Amino acid sequence: MEIIVAATVGLLVALGVWMMLDRNLVRVVLGVVVIGNAINLAVVSVGRLGGQAAAFVAAGEVPAQAANPLPQALVLTAIVIGFALFVFALGVLKRAWVEHGTTETDRVTAQAETPAPDLPVDKPASGERA
Amino acid sequence: MKALLVAPVLVPLVTLILCLLARRQARRVAVLSTLGALALCAVGGWLVAVAAGGTVLAGQMGGWAAPYGISLVIDRLSAALVAITGVVGLATVVYARSCDGDAAGGRDFHLFVQGLLTGVCGAFITGDVFNLYVWFEVLLISSFALIVLGGGARRVSGTVVYLFLNLLATLLFLLSAALLYGATGTLGMAGLAEVFGAGEATPGATVALVLMLLAFSIKAALFPLFGWLPASYHVAWAPVSALFAGLLTKVGVYALIRLVTLVWPEAGPAHGVLLWVACATMLVGVLGAAAQTEVRRILSFHIVSQVGYMVLGLALATPLALAGAVFYLIHHIVVKANLFFVGGLAARMAGSERLAAMGGLYAHAPWLAILFAIPALSLAGIPPLSGFWAKFVLVKASLDIGAWVAAGVALLTGVFTLLSMSKIWNEAFLKAHPDGPQALRTPARTRPAMAVMAALAALTVAIGLGAGVVMDYAVAAAAQLSDPAGYIAAVRGEGG
Repeated sequence: MEIIVAATVGLLVALGVWMMLDRNLVRVVLGVVVIGNAINLAVVSVGRLGGQAAAFVAAGEVPAQAANPLPQALVLTAIVIGFALFVFALGVLKRAWVEHGTTETDRVTAQAETPAPDLPVDKPASGERA
Repeated sequence: MKALLVAPVLVPLVTLILCLLARRQARRVAVLSTLGALALCAVGGWLVAVAAGGTVLAGQMGGWAAPYGISLVIDRLSAALVAITGVVGLATVVYARSCDGDAAGGRDFHLFVQGLLTGVCGAFITGDVFNLYVWFEVLLISSFALIVLGGGARRVSGTVVYLFLNLLATLLFLLSAALLYGATGTLGMAGLAEVFGAGEATPGATVALVLMLLAFSIKAALFPLFGWLPASYHVAWAPVSALFAGLLTKVGVYALIRLVTLVWPEAGPAHGVLLWVACATMLVGVLGAAAQTEVRRILSFHIVSQVGYMVLGLALATPLALAGAVFYLIHHIVVKANLFFVGGLAARMAGSERLAAMGGLYAHAPWLAILFAIPALSLAGIPPLSGFWAKFVLVKASLDIGAWVAAGVALLTGVFTLLSMSKIWNEAFLKAHPDGPQALRTPARTRPAMAVMAALAALTVAIGLGAGVVMDYAVAAAAQLSDPAGYIAAVRGEGG
């Protein structure tokens, strides 16, 4: 069983890397998500997949064939964090589209390499932003 | 004691919540944020006072006993870093009062700064690998928001680079933490130290550990994984750049130091690799800086090169070298943040941060010139400033064990650093402004910025003149680092 999961993880990571190499930023974002999910799968599998029973432990006894609860707790955390990062990445993607009018990775990132613009003369405090 | 143990995380977190509650009044948010940073400084100072005596504060969260609960551990190194984090946080928040012109100012800035401080302090005090991952995420998501704050095509562009490379590093970290658990059955750093110390580590565990060190190396911007840093730091708002320059890579360096000293207290093959990486990082960083023509891009490359020094101390693995790394860490955070602060104000006075478009600042603002010269000379390692002692100890430690190449590279890097700093000095301060002296501006409200830069410069001078005291602390911290048994005992000692 672990072998199958390991192979799946490898396949998904390969797919994710391939997508990240794309010129289009949208596919790069999706590639990161695919890799993230592959790694979540890997996290679940490190607890070994033999256990079948839920890991509810009555005082003093351990159920036979209990699943390892720790990786499940870890992966829950990782999924939530990954989701938040994905949403942020989508937000940046949208801004990049609005600001640059393109989602071509090279053209978006090239802007940071241009010479620094001249700074505007200081205006009085602009106060609270909307 | 337990309250003090969680205070480094609780203080910025509570400040963040208070700022959120007061979010309608921008000024109140700024005041709360300043007070919160001040409180963090106080907590840091208290922790240093407690830890200086040799006490290792440790506790288990959630009431679970030692091997199961999440440990928080504060030794000398963690305490010093929490204190310095408080100082840089406070400096950033106060400095930001002088920079109204940018859309990035306002309450969001303060919220994310507090979020970042929470994550950074959490990373410095945790004793659990997965918990470290969570703190990395906390600081990372705050830093994503901070770097893009204010918007604009250039910032979004830099954010894309920063975002994706850090996301990859994070995923690598998560995978390696999981694999490490699968191979050793523990996520606690003390547990890992026991497994590796007893020689029970399987090859799989070693591979997982190396993968984790690789993830930290991306965070710390080590050669050849530093590309994201100089490609992104210069686009952010000046106070944000300074905060990042001071703290972010240093969290990666701290994680490297903590983990490597725990699992491999004796020099081994990993240290040999780290030694070469450190030398390459120093040289490539400083050479990269030589090719740059903008203030913050030069300084960004110097972050890379300086990280090399700290890793050099870790790689040499003698007590003196480790002390040098600790000293360097403390000195560098102050100096680097200060240089970015000065650079930000200099750019606003000259109207640009391109060196070609700058000039005349020495005549226009002599105080600023002096405030640049102090951290710049310190960075290059001129006695009696703090950077001299940091470099001196590392070079001596290299020579002691016959690492001639490392010592040579460290000295050469110092020379190139001086060259870079004099380039900024000549171009931005000495030469006349290309558009004539009337092109120079006097921004409104520079007083908070000046106060911050003067205070940090004074701190640099104080570390230099009082090097004996700081070095004693660093030597004691290094002694704790090279004794994993003490760390394990501290974690196991308290029943939770």
